[in-house]
Amino acid sequence: MLITCTINGKRITLDVPSDRRVVDILREDFGLTGTKEACGAGECGSCTILVNGESKLSCLMVAAQLDGADIITIEGFSPDELHPIQEAFIEQGAIQCGFCTPGMVLAAADLLRRIPHPSREEIRAGISGNLCRCTGYQKIVDAIASVRLKQDNHE
Amino acid sequence: MKHQEDKPAQIGESLKRADGFGKVTGTEKYAADLYPDNLVIGGVVRSPYPHARIRAIEFSSAAQVSGVIAVITHEHISGTNRVGLPERDQPILADDKVRYIGDPVVLVLAENKQVLREAMSLVQVEYEILPPVFDSDSALQEGAPVLHEGRDGGNLLFQADIKKGDIETGFSESAFILEETFYTPYQEHAYLETEVGVGRLTEDGILEITVSTQTPFRDGREVADALGFPQEKVRVIAPYLGGAFGGKDGITVQGLLGIGALYSGGRPVKIYTSREESFISSTKRHPAKVTIKMGCLPDGTLHALYCSLLFDTGAYAGLGTPVLIHGMNHASGVYRITHTEITGKAVYTNNPVSSAFRAFGIPQVIFGLEQVVDMLAQKAGIDPLTFRMMNAVHKGDYNGLGIFMSQSTGISSCLATLADHPLWKERDSWIESAPPFRKRGVGIAANSSGMGYGPVIPDTAGAKIEILPDGRFRIYGGIVDMGQGNSSTSIHIASSILMQPPDRFELIQPDTHRCLPSGSASASRTTYTFGNALITAAEELKVRIFKKAGELYPHFNTDTLTLEPDRVLHTPDNSCVPLQEILLRMSESERTVTSTWTAPTNNQTFDIPGMVRILGFPNLIYSYAAHLARVEVNELTGQVTIDSYLACTDAGNIINPQVFEQQVQGAIAQGIGYALYEDFIVREGQVITKNFSTYILPTSLDIPDIISHAVSGYEETGPFGLKGMGELGVATPLPCIANAIANCTGCRLHQSPLTPERILTAVKERRC
Repeated sequence: MLITCTINGKRITLDVPSDRRVVDILREDFGLTGTKEACGAGECGSCTILVNGESKLSCLMVAAQLDGADIITIEGFSPDELHPIQEAFIEQGAIQCGFCTPGMVLAAADLLRRIPHPSREEIRAGISGNLCRCTGYQKIVDAIASVRLKQDNHE
Repeated sequence: MKHQEDKPAQIGESLKRADGFGKVTGTEKYAADLYPDNLVIGGVVRSPYPHARIRAIEFSSAAQVSGVIAVITHEHISGTNRVGLPERDQPILADDKVRYIGDPVVLVLAENKQVLREAMSLVQVEYEILPPVFDSDSALQEGAPVLHEGRDGGNLLFQADIKKGDIETGFSESAFILEETFYTPYQEHAYLETEVGVGRLTEDGILEITVSTQTPFRDGREVADALGFPQEKVRVIAPYLGGAFGGKDGITVQGLLGIGALYSGGRPVKIYTSREESFISSTKRHPAKVTIKMGCLPDGTLHALYCSLLFDTGAYAGLGTPVLIHGMNHASGVYRITHTEITGKAVYTNNPVSSAFRAFGIPQVIFGLEQVVDMLAQKAGIDPLTFRMMNAVHKGDYNGLGIFMSQSTGISSCLATLADHPLWKERDSWIESAPPFRKRGVGIAANSSGMGYGPVIPDTAGAKIEILPDGRFRIYGGIVDMGQGNSSTSIHIASSILMQPPDRFELIQPDTHRCLPSGSASASRTTYTFGNALITAAEELKVRIFKKAGELYPHFNTDTLTLEPDRVLHTPDNSCVPLQEILLRMSESERTVTSTWTAPTNNQTFDIPGMVRILGFPNLIYSYAAHLARVEVNELTGQVTIDSYLACTDAGNIINPQVFEQQVQGAIAQGIGYALYEDFIVREGQVITKNFSTYILPTSLDIPDIISHAVSGYEETGPFGLKGMGELGVATPLPCIANAIANCTGCRLHQSPLTPERILTAVKERRC
């Protein structure tokens, strides 16, 4: 099946089986290995990408769903400099093994798009589809909350 | 205190982790992320039976599928085909028998996943089904099916006793005595990166295995022996891991990658384990039955302890024996007890393999022990905190097992910090203000965690620092970073000694052909042992820099030189020279410094079997924790909510507070999962919980913000006074929360996890 889409700002035409998983296309065909696979069943959020700005699970998406879509992976999220969310993750110590991190950052981006000033509870709800086995989530919540504070200061 | 950019790192300040950038941008390459050119995909046909003899393997039709590179069985393996430590009992590919559902039997190599799936479905294994055994007690009965025929001891993997004083006397002199039995289930590590790697045979005959592992150096030796391949030609590379927690402490896919690479025609072979395959085939925390009998004198002084441990190690030994011994090592908790007897057994069954998991046997023991301590305190009419403080070990004491506490021993400070905290002091008013249909309770628990390999196996690490042509420093890390941040702490240490900003340092992750052997990323030893080796290396490098400065500038007195960012300062006249100038004039040999350091050991003598000593008893150094949980139980649903959680930790002097907090918070989250949610179910050898929908990990909604206090301490043998603590926090939440639930419901739970069903049932039956 011929599919046209945008991946990290580049217009791309693909000829792939329509049922090929998006996570495999990204990782195996494009080398975009920042998108991780940890469950393959939509249960952990590690393969989160942004599709037309919204966070989606690339292990549950197939090629046909890419047609006409604007895809952002962690590699294309803020290619020239660190995004404030990424800076906050490093600053606040929200990263341990880092395998959940790309998905967590993109889930946070979606959350902050929908709720620019989330409370800690809203942050916890917002990332509750993304599993982390290392951190206990506290520093991830701290990181996202600090982005909110930075925005407030800016305003 | 936070680190300032462009300044050398200081011990005790929070320094941003060096691995943050690569991980947050998705550019860091884990083993899972390697897709070299010309890649071959490997897949494993596994046993569907818990116990069976292999009669025949028919794979000719699989081998004929277009795109199949090779179909490999045990007959292709020319070495011992056995891995494991200390017991080499686990085949890379099953030969005579399969012993659990998931045992690897055939490895198929194919051009792509579709071909692989088809070929795997065509492999036919003819089995003679043997009677299985699924529980430890039955496995020890006379006439039980034997897993490893011809093995001395049959299904009993290991048994040992540790005794002190005379428990008969101890109990007869006790005023209050309790005996209770507790059960804990499997815990699945559930690292997000499953077992994965790439193997290849290079043109110059090196078998190169890049893999998600905690033990690259040990893997190299085991793979070589198992495959009959020269050890010096096996190279194991361990990039950053996507989590491990003990689950990659030893061989997972390494042997399969090795044999695959020998039959792939020189092409690289990748094996990626799906989540379901990982849950079925990977190791777990041992399910256990633990009986505790404990007695105290009328004044509350602990006097006698009997503890029996029965661990189900599954089909293969894994690290079952050292895990059991470490559990026994902690069976008297943080207390002085006059008379003790600890008896432990680890048993083979046809269940999934249990092996290392963060805190090695301690969680199973502490679940019972810390509840019985609470119950005994109540009997003696003493509050549980005072009771613990009365009985806690101090430096210079012998603990309940007779281990002399010669090093820093901060449990009393942990308990005192907890006692001073409002969460403890104001507990009564919080409990009383529970909303309708809610009950509130406060629980505490204490714990210790012995560090390192114990008295016999040398706990050694080798550090290497090299000055690069651009004047930067390269640190060769010998111990894997599975996420705990040790490689970043290496930069922290070297930066603080060489007085150069952290960005002047780069790291090489463990590689058996480039780095010095440094042992496993386990036993809370990583920063302690490697850090000490690195300090010596960095200090030596500093001496060489000053010596070279003295040679180049004869008026410099080397005793009065100091390092500053980018320069060497001659203090008497405040003159300085650029560091770069000195570094680049150092000879090739002067530019590389190595240092090997071996941890001190506890050489006390005990009347115990030699293997107990060899596999780790006793430790010299212990870290300590006292935790408090405030919980609310919904009386209608049995649901438990953790309102607040306090952790007071003695881990010596902290090098990087942020990394310390990461370990505290992360370990407690895993401990809360183990306490409340994680129930890995195996029925008749069959894994029932095969995914994250049925095996429930805590999410961001389930873990409260942890309040963490590090008590001040200094371990004289540690790097800058530090003690290891990566495992410490994981064991304490289960008994802490169980004690809090008992505090609010009046009921004791003897089986974990502490699910709403179990709580409601206990309340209904008033099983208190």
